Amino acid sequence: MMEENKDTVKDVDFWATNSEEGGWNISSTDEGSQKMLDQEDEVTTKIQMGSEVIDDYFIDDDISDDERMILNMGPQHPSTHGVLRLQVELEGEVVRRVQPVIGYLHTGMEKTGEELNYFQGPTNTTRMDYLSPFFNELVFSLATEKLLDIEVPDRASTIRILMTELNRISSHLVALATGGMDIGALSMMIFGFRERELILDFFEKTTGLRMNHNFIRPGGVAADLPDNWQKDIEKILKVIPEKLKDYDEMLLDNPIWQGRLKNVGILTTEECLAYGITGPSLRASGYAWDLRKMQPYSGIEKYEFDIPVFEEGDVFARWRIKVLEIFESLKIVEQAMGNMPKGPFKIQDKKITPPPRKRLDESMEALIHHFKIYTEGFKVPEGEVYTTVESPRGELGCFIVSDGSSKPYRMHVRGPSFCNLQALPVVMSDSPIADAVAAIASLDPVLGDVDR
Amino acid sequence: MKENLDISIEDYFQKVEELKNDGYEMMVDLTAIDWFRKKEPRFEVVVNFLSVSKNKRISIKVKLNDELTIPSITSLYPSANFYEREVFDMFGINFENHPDLTRILMPDDWVGHPLRKDYGTGRIPVQFKNAPKVD
Repeated sequence: MMEENKDTVKDVDFWATNSEEGGWNISSTDEGSQKMLDQEDEVTTKIQMGSEVIDDYFIDDDISDDERMILNMGPQHPSTHGVLRLQVELEGEVVRRVQPVIGYLHTGMEKTGEELNYFQGPTNTTRMDYLSPFFNELVFSLATEKLLDIEVPDRASTIRILMTELNRISSHLVALATGGMDIGALSMMIFGFRERELILDFFEKTTGLRMNHNFIRPGGVAADLPDNWQKDIEKILKVIPEKLKDYDEMLLDNPIWQGRLKNVGILTTEECLAYGITGPSLRASGYAWDLRKMQPYSGIEKYEFDIPVFEEGDVFARWRIKVLEIFESLKIVEQAMGNMPKGPFKIQDKKITPPPRKRLDESMEALIHHFKIYTEGFKVPEGEVYTTVESPRGELGCFIVSDGSSKPYRMHVRGPSFCNLQALPVVMSDSPIADAVAAIASLDPVLGDVDR
Repeated sequence: MKENLDISIEDYFQKVEELKNDGYEMMVDLTAIDWFRKKEPRFEVVVNFLSVSKNKRISIKVKLNDELTIPSITSLYPSANFYEREVFDMFGINFENHPDLTRILMPDDWVGHPLRKDYGTGRIPVQFKNAPKVD
């Protein structure tokens, strides 16, 4: 039976199916492809394989050319978390070399950022890392506020912390869910998205949207929290720890899960530092570095929480650390709920904050003022600033150069996924192709953040 | 907590080497600014370093001359690899001794460098490559 199937597959020439019509030009299907990996010189290989740092790559001369092949994984592959394309050089079933090819989701957001004023800026940045939009808005707002040299009210800061930490939970839940699915734990996929729904419902109630909120803006937040928001948070605080216990019951002592994840895709501390990897992946490799503790923002130093650290640096540690970080984020959310200060949720600076909607019907000045802010924006003093926050994937930075006008002269976002992706060849090389999928899932790249 | 340094292009590689020996373990960000018709020289490269052991940041700014060439620091910090390719792609700045200086975000056959200030937005009509003919 198997033999028959093989033959029928062979007869179909996949590449040439459209060629008779003359529509697809076969000679140009190599668009965007790069040099084959086995033709590349030694320096390139060294950098790609991480042997600059620790040399664990040996070419076996005995392998015949029949067993070596170059395979394209993606860009439309479910386990590449978007449109990541990997050129994989295989020897039998072992991955020897990997080259990530990115740019399929590039929409020129940094260029767009130069066209939008500071007031519109978060609309653009929030679409970069679409799983943690609040962090993108926050880092842009912090950079703008630093240039303006203003402090937002306490209530705004606390709402920002509350929303970003809830966002960290929802982002980690997606990472756990899709990571589980890639490895074969299909129930994990349903569980993770089910719990994330609770948080997204709260986001929708507060900001009006489930994703791409444009809620955190320079000068504060767009709106106050809805009535009875405490009830929703209490429900989240009650339900999610219970469900996380279910995950642990299902996976933590599961021999299949452990066998698939332990000692797979190891990243050492040296490799992490050399490749600029931050966030949970660095902490899973034994380095306790968290910007929330080391370089705090929005008053997060006032909250009590721990940083989970693991020594192993394998996929299991990176999975476990995400689960534990959800618990820590829940602690911060609980404290933020308990100490929510009263007062304004926007800075009371007329230059930056538009007047409330009610005033527009009463006052001509307010109408002009509203019109001015929405059409021209506000001017920001000259200068350069680089601010960072700890996003669920690592250090998210925003570099803004202002020339004194109401639009950024240059807006650059340092996406953690872009940097973390460079380590993918290091993690994947010399491992079976089934483990490679687990390794991609554990690094948790978001392609919106990579390509921008 | 954060220092800013202006470095000439001749001292750039040496200074980065000193920083690496000085305990700045990570190169976190590398980007460029185009001061088209605003400043001379036109291009500046900005590199951000982070020391996780000392909890310090340092930012280096290098002014480029007309040749638009700067030494690559990929041999010191492997994390510079993608960032230098991105700057090459977006600004057309060459990095000497970079192992694989190709376009990273734009297609290989793209003409122009999108983040330059003389590259307008909406200049190029959207077109799908090799789209099949519709009869």
